[in-house]
Amino acid sequence: MKFSHFFAAPLSILLVAGVARAQDSQKYGPNPDLPEPQRGLLPDMSVPEPAEWGDQLPTVPDGYTITAIATDLKVPRQTLVLPNGDILVAEGSGGNAPPLKPKDFIAGYIKSQGTTSVESGNRLTLLRDSDDDGSYEEQTVFAENLNAPYGLALVDNNLYVANQDAVVRFDYEEGQTEASGSPEIITLLPSEINHHWTKAMTASADGDYLYLGIGSNSNITERGMAAEVSRAEVWEIDADTGMHRPYATGLRNPTALAIQPDTERLWAVVNERDELGPDLVPDYLTTVQDGSFYGWPFSYWGQHVDPRVRPQNPEKVESAVVPDYSLGSHVAPLGLAFSIPEMGDEFAEGVFIGEHGSWNRSDPVGYQVVFIPFRNGEPDGDPIDFVSGFLTEDGKTRGRPVGVTIDPEGALIIADDLTNAVWRVTYDGDE
Amino acid sequence: MTATNDRTYRSGPNPFHTVMLAGTTPLFLGTMLCDYAYSTTYHIQWATFASWLNLGGLIFAGLALLCAIIGFFRSQDRRLAFLMYPALLLLTWVLGLVNALAHARDAWAMMPVGFALSIVVVLLAGTATWVGFSRFGIGDKP
Repeated sequence: MKFSHFFAAPLSILLVAGVARAQDSQKYGPNPDLPEPQRGLLPDMSVPEPAEWGDQLPTVPDGYTITAIATDLKVPRQTLVLPNGDILVAEGSGGNAPPLKPKDFIAGYIKSQGTTSVESGNRLTLLRDSDDDGSYEEQTVFAENLNAPYGLALVDNNLYVANQDAVVRFDYEEGQTEASGSPEIITLLPSEINHHWTKAMTASADGDYLYLGIGSNSNITERGMAAEVSRAEVWEIDADTGMHRPYATGLRNPTALAIQPDTERLWAVVNERDELGPDLVPDYLTTVQDGSFYGWPFSYWGQHVDPRVRPQNPEKVESAVVPDYSLGSHVAPLGLAFSIPEMGDEFAEGVFIGEHGSWNRSDPVGYQVVFIPFRNGEPDGDPIDFVSGFLTEDGKTRGRPVGVTIDPEGALIIADDLTNAVWRVTYDGDE
Repeated sequence: MTATNDRTYRSGPNPFHTVMLAGTTPLFLGTMLCDYAYSTTYHIQWATFASWLNLGGLIFAGLALLCAIIGFFRSQDRRLAFLMYPALLLLTWVLGLVNALAHARDAWAMMPVGFALSIVVVLLAGTATWVGFSRFGIGDKP
């Protein structure tokens, strides 16, 4: 029939438009290549199917050992190492963004294929290694009935937990395996819709302030500007009173915050916008400067205007600062920790970053823990794979790293929200 | 007085087919008007409405198309002129699908192509409906 040619042509155009072009270019560092935005009629989506580890383990560099110190958790996201070596694990899933357009039903289904089906724990689990043999034989529920806890910080005897809707405080005594009572609310947080629900948190070096990351309520304002009030910001919260102010703005989804030892500067990893092509927009690592605007939603990587935002705002675009270091587009950094010399010479100075991995790209990236070497307090060099092997060769994923934390004894703690485990990487020393 | 077996009225077209065809143009028209509202106000809710109205249009047009194809093959008269109506509906539906994908882009990324396609689709849907209700169209109830 004649008509088959007629509609076969447009359909083939659709298919071609969805195919990504492979290209070699500078993805990392302070000056990443930024190609022209592109978006076919079908977005690039590729979500690796979950697979089991079997008797295999993630890959670590020679001289390092990785073990799973807790399994069967309920969606572990971030961890905190307490002064006595106990590890607190925040478990849960948040967000209540309703599907908006027909596409949200389809995209939501596809994305759910790459995540765990385990129910949100909404709790803190405490892991303890009493005999110091590297196996955390004690596992207790420290606190439950929380609301998608994510950010954790300890200042003296105050344990701060960032739920998806509030920062709360527990009294903490060293050696506790269970919270002594209900938490006290320090401040409520923007939580309507909560498209990006994670509330990353860290305490200032002197412990007076909490820094808290609030993600945007959309990819790129498709839920309207009214939904973005007090979103895509890092707040500075007075730890005693709960009074707060926006410390920096325009950070689309600041998913992990950390204070740099020595300089005491605040750093963040930020997840940038999707649907501008496989190599836009780079997720980044940056210092967070008081009063600065980082572009979202009006522009990215400084002054690159995003045409999808109306009305536009040239003045804000003009004021946008350029982030410090590109981690590559769509890698989805969710964990950030500064290293210490005990991690071995090669990884002594720099940051570890947990990359949850991409969905908006035909060729998956991320799904690993990388190390960004620093020199004189600044990033210096390309990322180095530290923990990999989460993606299998046949394109499935066995795990997805989230939070990373340094254990002062010389270990990296990694939360994995697909395996529902906590991994511990130790340095064996020079042998 | 003699009784007659002759019916004095036409049997009329299939009611389901008629409702589907008649609903197509208003839904695509709504899509276009919502796109216009979004383009002048930047209020995102209009873009959301447009996406759903377009989906509604695709469902109505799709079912009408199905009826049209069945009707064509069941009819004894398969002159090419009778192919015009299903062909127009098919074109409407395919461009409506492309428009749905365009509307799936976030925020202003659906513009201007989404609005332009909405105008083309509503014109095509109107033409298809016109032809559909003409003597080359739906025909009598089978």
